[in-house]
Amino acid sequence: MCCPGCVAVAKTIIDSGLVNYYQHRNIDDQNATNTTRDRSALILDELRLFNTDNIQQEFVTQSPEGLKEATLVIEGITCAACIWLLEKHLKKLKGMTSFTVNMSNHRAQLSWHKEELQLSQILIEIHNIGYQAQPYRADIEEQVLALEQKKAMRRLGVAGVGMMQVTALAIALYFGEASGMQTSTKTWLRWISFIICTPIIFYAAQPFFLAAFRDLKTFHLSMDVPVSIAIGCAYLASGWATLTHSGEIYFDSVSMFTFFLLFGRYLEMQARHRTGRAGNALQNLLPEATTKITKDDSGIDSETLTAVSQLVVGDHILVKPGQTIPTDGVIIQGYSSIDESALTGEYLPKRRNTHEKVIAGTLNVENPLHIEVTHIGAHTKLSAIIRLLERASENKPKLAVLADKIASYFVACVLISAAVVSFIWWQIAPEEAFWITLSVLVVTCPCALSLATPTALTTATGTLRQKGLLITRSHVLENLASATDFVFDKTGTLTQGNLAIEKTLTDFDEKQALEIAAALEAHSEHPISRAFKHFAVNSAESIEVTLGQGIQGRVNALEYRIGKPEFASQLLREPNSISIPRGTGHWLLLCSKQQVIAWFLISDSLRHDSLYCIQSLRNLNINVHMLTGDSSSSVQKIASELTIEKVVSCASPEDKINYINLLQATNAKVVMVGDGINDLPVLAGAQTSIAMGSASDLAKTHADAVLTGGELAVIIQAVALAKKTKTIIKQNIAWAFGYNMLALPIAAFGFIPPYIAAIGMSLSSLIVVTNALRLSKSTEPRKTLAITTNPLLIERY
Amino acid sequence: MEILPFLLAISVVFFFGAILFFFWNVNNGQYDDLDSPAHKILYDDDEDLIPRTKNKTQDIKTDQRKQD
Repeated sequence: MCCPGCVAVAKTIIDSGLVNYYQHRNIDDQNATNTTRDRSALILDELRLFNTDNIQQEFVTQSPEGLKEATLVIEGITCAACIWLLEKHLKKLKGMTSFTVNMSNHRAQLSWHKEELQLSQILIEIHNIGYQAQPYRADIEEQVLALEQKKAMRRLGVAGVGMMQVTALAIALYFGEASGMQTSTKTWLRWISFIICTPIIFYAAQPFFLAAFRDLKTFHLSMDVPVSIAIGCAYLASGWATLTHSGEIYFDSVSMFTFFLLFGRYLEMQARHRTGRAGNALQNLLPEATTKITKDDSGIDSETLTAVSQLVVGDHILVKPGQTIPTDGVIIQGYSSIDESALTGEYLPKRRNTHEKVIAGTLNVENPLHIEVTHIGAHTKLSAIIRLLERASENKPKLAVLADKIASYFVACVLISAAVVSFIWWQIAPEEAFWITLSVLVVTCPCALSLATPTALTTATGTLRQKGLLITRSHVLENLASATDFVFDKTGTLTQGNLAIEKTLTDFDEKQALEIAAALEAHSEHPISRAFKHFAVNSAESIEVTLGQGIQGRVNALEYRIGKPEFASQLLREPNSISIPRGTGHWLLLCSKQQVIAWFLISDSLRHDSLYCIQSLRNLNINVHMLTGDSSSSVQKIASELTIEKVVSCASPEDKINYINLLQATNAKVVMVGDGINDLPVLAGAQTSIAMGSASDLAKTHADAVLTGGELAVIIQAVALAKKTKTIIKQNIAWAFGYNMLALPIAAFGFIPPYIAAIGMSLSSLIVVTNALRLSKSTEPRKTLAITTNPLLIERY
Repeated sequence: MEILPFLLAISVVFFFGAILFFFWNVNNGQYDDLDSPAHKILYDDDEDLIPRTKNKTQDIKTDQRKQD
């Protein structure tokens, strides 16, 4: 089962006769990373809100024939089989006219008859087969991204088609040279190459020239400068040769070079866009609609459904248990527990009473609350965190990329030597000067040098993507190789992010005790009760839930209590006779009137590969830190289990950034791994950041890399591969540089005719590319790793 | 070989034609989703179109698949 959806899906699949599903799965089984909060019954109510017109008007278009159209973002899609299932299942709905899912951006385009089908029904069906759908509205940023993507695609097409044409013509020319082609045919072939090459230079290669121009204006020599010089000079020289019927043409080399570079950049951009669903990320965290309470003239409360965007400060709203609080506010009636883990990293909900503040984006767990809105939209704390994030990413320390550093020396070197050579030859033999200068420029063409880094990075990125680490910024590999400090978040990163029963102490049958507990807990929405979910068999009667304390109820005609020891023991005849077992964590007591039945230790369990990951990092002499917003005792417990010494608990998003900045100020190369909203600023501020696959879209967008499978062990492989990549880049640069330096004096003395220079240049590029391709060889089998190294941990968790 | 220059000129026309066609493709969103079409060909959505023959071996096969 690869995703939470699959579990629910299996049943639906067989019921609807869609057994073929398993033939179409294109990725291997994975462990379900079940961190999405399960609140199925409540989500259905919430989905019904989407039927109201004032909410629909924002994203649904209506055609005159009574058809409605919309775009949905669907979460939980892992492979092509998910698409197949979604399309198959939803097209079966009566009234659905079309439903197609885009696998790259996980968006569904649908249209339906408004009389025959309700939007909520569609959303519920999607939810039933295990996916989550959100309405989608393209914002400006998103449209710009789409345009950029299309432009890159067009450039790549021009370069690709042109390259093939020009190369074919070049082959004709080479053979013609050997077999004595007519001069008129040769000239004609050259002209055709010239014509085809022109759009490649002026359209496809445009980004290089623009970037080079921008860099030159700021007196900064980046790799774009030599690339532009090479493309520009070779094109101009070939053009000159065509016009004057002299010398050699290099249209084939130029177009091929442009195509390869564009292709590398295109791949990099695609990886970046894959996680870049930034536009709707913030809205996804907040509910679309909320219940507003208005007093009419006679002073009677009435409830109306309102879009969150229409709320104003001072409005009163009702938030039911299981709903996300839409705005910052003050509780004016009621009390409840609020799950703030997304914002603070605390794994247990906090109790909030009347007149206390609540924050947008947190989850109401137990009781309905009346809230007075105090801050909306951009003024909420959630938005403040996002602003903090924007500031942090602006201040992100820039590490100079190795190739760029070399490039600036190199360019200076080439330009000076070319100038010197042409000056000297001008003195000796003016008619030779141009061609010798040209062969100097071609021989020292930085093709191999400029391909050295991108090819290695592209190959390594592709390899890591298969293993489950999606790299979205090009500096990640270089920084991973030289990292000195890894900083981890706790909740959701080192731990699973949801509660589980770690230990059960009982004098009776353990299974029976768990079943009684599960029967009682089935009536609570508290995160603790989810830990008992698998054990539910019987049901309990006459339930009484005491907020933040526990539950009392009747199972099989016997009275039980479960909850905090102080609370549950009240049921006993001698309440003070109990003693809490040793061991840090959250102990729950289950007892009847007669006796203590069982103790349950509840905690947020570690990921199965956390310990392996931390130990391996330490073996590589990398410091490991843990930063968490959690202030409970579980922090120390997890730190000692994972043997992490540098721990900061109870840290706010600001504290986290400060910590990272202090580290970075001491020249440490920091890699931050995190997942929550509270990690956003620190992810943006760290030199290198990795987000977990289960993190919010916003966190993923601002991280430099995403662990798509949520396996921490992949980080170790990534570090190893990054080191190897660095070695290969160095080899490549050394080769390219060495070759150029060797050939330069020979060309300067006029011993190399330009066509040999061109062949040498191509060969040198080929060697560099082949060397880089060595990185695509997978070094170790992907899945057995964590299991073979850590049998003990698997057993425990 | 007199035809050669003429053919080469035509190839240039074809080149620009191909580029225009490609631009039209990209702008129409043909390349927006590069992943799912590769799999769509495998989906058996033509089961209603295949004439059913009462064949024992086939029945056994489908039965086995259901058990899987």
